[in-house]
Amino acid sequence: MIPRQPATIGRPELALFLARFRTLVQYRAAAAAGFVTQLFWGVIRLAILAAFIDGAPAASPMTPSAIIAYVWLSQACFAMLPWNLDPEILALVRSGNVAGELVRPLGLYRQWFCRCLAARTAPPLLRGIPLLAIAWTAGDLPLPAGVATAAAWLAALAGAALLCATFATLMNVCLLFTLSGDGINGLMAAVVTLGSGLILPLPFLPDGWQRVLEILPFRGMVDAPFRLYGGDLPLTALGSILAHQAAWILILGAAGWWLCRAAERRMTVQGG
Amino acid sequence: MDPARGTDRHDGGSGPWPPPMAGRNDGSAPRQGAFHLYWRLVAISIRAQAQYPGSLLLLSAGHLVVTLLEFLGVWALFDRFRLVRGWSLAEVALFYGLVNLSFALAEAVGRGFDAFDRLVRTGEFDVVLLRPRSEVLLICGQELRLSRAGRFAQGLIILGWGMSSLGLAGRPEVWMRLAWAVAGGTALFCGLFVLQATIAFWTVNSLEVVNTVTYGGVETAQFPIDIYPSAVRAFFTWVVPLASLNYLPLRGLLRGGDPGWVGWAAPLAGFLFLAVSLRLWRFGVRHYTSTGS
Repeated sequence: MIPRQPATIGRPELALFLARFRTLVQYRAAAAAGFVTQLFWGVIRLAILAAFIDGAPAASPMTPSAIIAYVWLSQACFAMLPWNLDPEILALVRSGNVAGELVRPLGLYRQWFCRCLAARTAPPLLRGIPLLAIAWTAGDLPLPAGVATAAAWLAALAGAALLCATFATLMNVCLLFTLSGDGINGLMAAVVTLGSGLILPLPFLPDGWQRVLEILPFRGMVDAPFRLYGGDLPLTALGSILAHQAAWILILGAAGWWLCRAAERRMTVQGG
Repeated sequence: MDPARGTDRHDGGSGPWPPPMAGRNDGSAPRQGAFHLYWRLVAISIRAQAQYPGSLLLLSAGHLVVTLLEFLGVWALFDRFRLVRGWSLAEVALFYGLVNLSFALAEAVGRGFDAFDRLVRTGEFDVVLLRPRSEVLLICGQELRLSRAGRFAQGLIILGWGMSSLGLAGRPEVWMRLAWAVAGGTALFCGLFVLQATIAFWTVNSLEVVNTVTYGGVETAQFPIDIYPSAVRAFFTWVVPLASLNYLPLRGLLRGGDPGWVGWAAPLAGFLFLAVSLRLWRFGVRHYTSTGS
């Protein structure tokens, strides 16, 4: 067995991430389909919100331009959200080929984290940039209020990508216990889309729910970075947003790493 | 065919030779009716799914919880704003329930068409073509997805709640009207699945853009269509006639104004859409060239 070399920590991870990233960037047809879908969904979501607000403008918790920014940015970054399992990991676990992953001189958790990080960054870049270009030119998406806002948004977005990848890795590790992905997939989609603010911007939800959602990790995925962009949250909130994201990255990461080790110890690979 | 049947003939059988093949309509064997065959195929599919009762139950229950969570978003909007363009939550619940019932039924019945691209990609469609029965029948009979009972139950719960809060639940005439609208909606969504399958004859892979119209259509029609901009309205009225399956029947019911026959006639558009889709499908079948070796 090849000894693990502490001197190269980070290098194999980076190589895995880049290899995966480059593969995912090849799926242009899927990106085009995703682009059309997100565009359509953005139009529908904005129309529904506009229809509600028209009737009682005073009841709206956000300004129209903040809502437009929130909806278009969340559609552009939809592929970043950890709303489903990695289909290739699903196939690995089902077929027993996960044994091949265990042979590599890099822990399973680290391998899968790199894979999930690539899956949460490459597709949204491919789909999101054209969508943002359209939204900026035709969909009256406002530009960030200044350089400082743009920088804060990008910092929170990077935190969101890491948080999404950590959560996705944890869910994929759970697959080692359940083997079937149907239940996890369904529940993930529901909890993540509602809790992050994709179905409805979180300020629109009843106040009691918001207090709970403030604490849960999902808010750091969509709600916090995009409210920073639209000016709905002040720049001074950046520190607490990053701290909230970092805390959850540590908790979810530790949970995933620990579960992964437990699974590796009791894993039975079938087939011959 | 069954080899045992051939050997039977050697020990002095008195019937015609070669023995009649089951299903071939050459007049010598009774041909099973299309519906009879469909129900036999469906029964096989149901028995197969019932082999894992725990999994089936959990999947359906999970589906119900997930679709109910989706409704929370709608509920939260009404909690804050009370009305949307004059429609109340109870009224919107009828739109929401109706389209979800239709979609759940279509997903259960039309699963074969929904997953049809796999048959083209692997060349399995050749096997279907070799069989002496209608391809539409055989593909529909491949699977009846029972797990969609989850979304169906969600639609029924929300529709039932809307009906009882509007005081309509005790009127059988209204239930018949809605059942007819659900039938039309199911036909429309099945038509969309057939179209998606037809495209696979040319693209080999399923085009995910069609999901925009199916899932997007469900999302759109959960609200009365008059809240949307005119382009969206026009698309879902004239291209994919979703509006005539829930907006027109429900507007007549809740707002009046239309002559009574409009609500009854409008769901026919769904069946018309399915008929056109099946015509295109036949055109696709004629142009099918097998993939693989």
